[in-house]
Amino acid sequence: MELLNLGVRSIFIDNILLAYFLGMCSFLALSKKLDTALGLGLAVTFVLTITVPLNWLIARFFLNEGALAWMGLGELDLSFLIFICFIATIASTVQLVEMVLDRYFPPLYSALGIFLPLITVNCSILGGSLFMVEREYGFAESVVYGFSSGVGWLLAITALAAIRTKLRYSNIPPGLRGLGMAFVMTGLMAIGFLCFSGIDL
Amino acid sequence: MSSEQGSREKPGAAFLRGQLEKMRPLFEPGGRLEKLYPIFEAQETFLFTPDKVTRGGPHARDAIDIKRVMILVVAALMPAVLFGMYNAGHQYYAASGLEHPGFAGAFLRGAGIVLPIIFVSYLVGGLWEVLFSVVRKHEINEGFLVTGLLFPLTLPPTIPLWQVAAGITFGVVIGKEIFGGTGYNILNPALTARAFLFFAYPAQIVGDEVWASTQAGTMADGYSGATPLGIAALVPSGPRAAVTEALTEAGYTWTSMFGGLIPGSIAETSAIPILIGAAILILTGVGAWRIMAAGVLGLFVGALLMNLTPDHFKAFTKVPFHYHLVMGSFLFGIVFMATDPVSAARTEPGKWIYGFLIGLLVVIIRVANPAFPEGVMLSILFMNVMAPLIDQCVLRVHMRRREAYLRKFSYAQG
Repeated sequence: MELLNLGVRSIFIDNILLAYFLGMCSFLALSKKLDTALGLGLAVTFVLTITVPLNWLIARFFLNEGALAWMGLGELDLSFLIFICFIATIASTVQLVEMVLDRYFPPLYSALGIFLPLITVNCSILGGSLFMVEREYGFAESVVYGFSSGVGWLLAITALAAIRTKLRYSNIPPGLRGLGMAFVMTGLMAIGFLCFSGIDL
Repeated sequence: MSSEQGSREKPGAAFLRGQLEKMRPLFEPGGRLEKLYPIFEAQETFLFTPDKVTRGGPHARDAIDIKRVMILVVAALMPAVLFGMYNAGHQYYAASGLEHPGFAGAFLRGAGIVLPIIFVSYLVGGLWEVLFSVVRKHEINEGFLVTGLLFPLTLPPTIPLWQVAAGITFGVVIGKEIFGGTGYNILNPALTARAFLFFAYPAQIVGDEVWASTQAGTMADGYSGATPLGIAALVPSGPRAAVTEALTEAGYTWTSMFGGLIPGSIAETSAIPILIGAAILILTGVGAWRIMAAGVLGLFVGALLMNLTPDHFKAFTKVPFHYHLVMGSFLFGIVFMATDPVSAARTEPGKWIYGFLIGLLVVIIRVANPAFPEGVMLSILFMNVMAPLIDQCVLRVHMRRREAYLRKFSYAQG
């Protein structure tokens, strides 16, 4: 039940994109087509689901204060290494995803193009891991949190992609076309998502 | 318009036509007021059905255009407007502790409270509308007739007029005009305007004090401005009887909430004029009955699910479905806001999903979200955001099914 709460909370209430505005760059750049957005959303979900628990393990058994007690080095505190280790985990996971996609789903691989390696620097991925540390989740919670944050991100980007498909027929003032409108739309979407903020599960 | 057609018009119409034709050269290219052509065009098509037709593409021949559709919505809103005026006056006398002056007196007092709000909304919003249509050279959007009326009807009668001006400015400019005008926007402009006020100036739009304007600015003894939703939210845990009793104690029975002589936003309180409006919208085919039906269904399922929670949950979860239906602004929202053809889902299965989720979300936000007293505005805005995605999914499923069907006859193998 607790885990279900956490899942619902991170998809709707604390939506990583529309409540924390993490992962904006690829959100804005890759939301022109629904298929690409769906692909990228799935990739982000996949990477988040793997990296958050993986980083949990690394933090728990290597980096936190006293984490190395199992090696008999209980007095060590390596938490200053958290950033660099998390980034390394994320980068290598993304490499892995890239190879898998290239081998088994070539159309998606070419559709995502440069943005797939850029997931490495997608703030929502690192943000997910750092929130996990800050909120002191357990292992099961970190799995659920990673997955549902990804789903929340996927929901937001597919919604924006569908809206931008519709906006293609609009008569937007020239200065606002493209990215400008995407920014305005993100703000308006965040107002819509505000309906969940404050729900106490 | 050709002169032949002109000669067949009735004398009054012929006179108007003559005046219009006299003014036409002023506004046409080369005329002195060429830049203000949209204003002339709006007048002309307001009075006469235009003879311009769509070029190319599939289209139906019909005299009904956006302007006629929007006028129908305004007509459907009229019962709610008139009732809102009377109720504003009624609440004024009740809250000030004055003697009720009878029907006509209360109605006039209420008109004095409500008409300035509507007037400011039309004036300020209209100025933006004209400014955009002149600068961007498009026609004046008829949708504004509806937006400019819907928005003030969702406000409390005590709203300061400058906030009405600020809200309608945000709604018209950010909610609609930067998308290119009526038909292009994603969110309902009237609700965007209200959401802007709601988050920017919560003190004037939330609470027990704002729902009735008074003579001295303070409420008389014995008058609590609390709305049914506010009272139900305060009841601690208990069975269903606890919450209905608390409501009855405050003077709210199901019948009084249905009748609507209670504090609330201007036009939301009574179900009767809203149902008349709904009948007009459905009979003329302007409002989507699917969305309304699905919304009520969603509310029903949501209330039923909430009723199943154990007794130690707060008593609001036990509010029965028929109370949810008449409390707050649900009926007004689902009839006039959710059915906005521009921001709602457009496919037919999509309309069912869209309406159903609005109803469900309304119950969830009302009961489970202590941050907001009412969920109608935000759940409609949220579903406006999701509507294009729902449509896309419906379309894809449909295309896949057609493809499979055709493949059965091996037509689609190319």
